Amino acid sequence: MTYLLQQLLNGLQLGSIYALIALGYTMVYGILQMINFAHGDLFMVGAFALFVAASVLGLPFVPSLLLAMIATAAIGVLIERLAYRPLRSAPRVSAIITALGVGLFLENLVNALSPYPKHVPTLLSNHSWVLAGVTISSIQIWIIVLAGILVLGLDLLVHRTKVGMAMRAISWDRTTAPLMGVPVNAVISLTFGIGAALGAAAGVFYALAYPIIDPYMGVMVGWKAFISAVVGGIGSIRGAVLGGLILGAVEILVAAFLPSTGRDLVAFALLLVLLVLRPHGILGRPRPVKA
Amino acid sequence: MNAPFLQIRDLEVAYGRICAVRGISLEIAEGEIVTLIGANGAGKTTILRAISGMVPYTGSIVFGGMDLHGVPAHRRVALGIAHVPEGRGIFSNLTVAENLSLATWGRRDRLGIKADLARVHALFPRLAERAPQMAGTLSGGEQQMLSVGRALMSRSKLLLLDEPSMGLSPILVRDIFRVLREINATGTTILLVEQNAHLALQLAGRAWVLQNGRVELTGPAAALAGDPRVREAYLGG
Ligand SMILES: Nc1ncnc2c1ncn2[C@@H]1O[C@H](COP(=O)(O)OP(=O)(O)OP(=O)(O)O)[C@@H](O)[C@H]1O
Ligand SMILES: [Mg+2]
Repeated sequence: MTYLLQQLLNGLQLGSIYALIALGYTMVYGILQMINFAHGDLFMVGAFALFVAASVLGLPFVPSLLLAMIATAAIGVLIERLAYRPLRSAPRVSAIITALGVGLFLENLVNALSPYPKHVPTLLSNHSWVLAGVTISSIQIWIIVLAGILVLGLDLLVHRTKVGMAMRAISWDRTTAPLMGVPVNAVISLTFGIGAALGAAAGVFYALAYPIIDPYMGVMVGWKAFISAVVGGIGSIRGAVLGGLILGAVEILVAAFLPSTGRDLVAFALLLVLLVLRPHGILGRPRPVKA
Repeated sequence: MNAPFLQIRDLEVAYGRICAVRGISLEIAEGEIVTLIGANGAGKTTILRAISGMVPYTGSIVFGGMDLHGVPAHRRVALGIAHVPEGRGIFSNLTVAENLSLATWGRRDRLGIKADLARVHALFPRLAERAPQMAGTLSGGEQQMLSVGRALMSRSKLLLLDEPSMGLSPILVRDIFRVLREINATGTTILLVEQNAHLALQLAGRAWVLQNGRVELTGPAAALAGDPRVREAYLGG
């Protein structure tokens, strides 16, 4: 029983990271109906930005986190502006291929700048406590609490503010939104920026837990987060969080109780089964047809 | 001499190789109600889209003395142009209240917004009743009310309306036209596109009749309503 609880706690930590990345996929899909396949690599960029902030600039944890989020947000905005915006009315497959290309570009750029894996310095002292037989570490608490705050903040932004309203309006009808005075391009840029910043936060948290980072770390994690977004219902903020938590828990439990080589197999099998049962994901709704 | 409120010169709009508007000039004075009538495909919607900045055009559109060339659609709203688009353009995934609130984007005058919301609710009590409901669940007529109400929330000086009577029952059409008269009485200039030429010519002071992207006839609405060519083509003989 305590073993199960322990694994669920570890699953919550991993799931929080997936959830943060999944939010970026789901936000961009929500607003542009486009899958930003470069998003997993922004997670990696976030981890490297943390490395630069902490190791090169010598900043402490919180400023390093903020710097990583801001720098990655700027890169996310730039990618949209330079690579995706010119293709906005092109066939969707062009945008997907471009996104894959941008991802490869980011991986190779970082690889060129940093050919060897990097070790992120220890930024947080790691205490652990044992509660009812379950070991909980201070890094785990940081990750889960900060991820929770970011998720809640985003949910409030999207559902309770005018900017969020504008994002939802653009998602429904991008051509009519300007007639409300909404600067559509600026809101789309902001969406990419926020998604990238959340992905960067995930990269930072990941590097806290697994401090060896390399330019390809975003590939598999990115796929898992993408699966999370789809499982939860792509386009749905709450679905992305739910999907991330489910995937994190499933993965850790599979690794704990089955041969660990089955981990990714189960993740992808989950995607396939769910897509058959619920093509729109758990919280996703089929898009109503526009009148 | 005062610059006209809205002045359009040699407007041309093409969609790819299709020329929808072929050199139209018109002027509207502040406080007027003007209507554009014409057969399907005559270019009425396209003219409104050019004014609100939804399509690229050649020629000039000057609003309140300012040439709108290169001004993006969302900035034109801030300048005072509201457009009720063809087919309503309701955001079905937002509530009724959110649809109205979104149209106040960029406004900071909380009290003014509150007063405008009260005015819209007074004009269309149904929208107050349905405030928390998803806009996509409204009936067609209610969506039309929302679309007009939304345009009023931006405190526009010029209101562009594209077939506000489309799909509405005669009673609702009458209500909407009554509201348009009230809005105009408070100082809003109206450019109305209508299939219902009867009603449009009753409401408007002046009218333009378009055909194939060109102006066919223009003059006081009352005179056009009596013109045999208009009677035959648009008023059913
Ligand atoms: N997006 C578009 N792409 C290509 N052609 C278009 C587009 N929109 C309009 N057109 C063409 O431009 C011409 C004018 O269209 P417009 O919508 O302005 O007509 P309208 O006078 O509003 O007609 P209706 O009374 O049917 O609404 C038509 O021939 C139409 O087929
Ligand atoms: Mg039309």
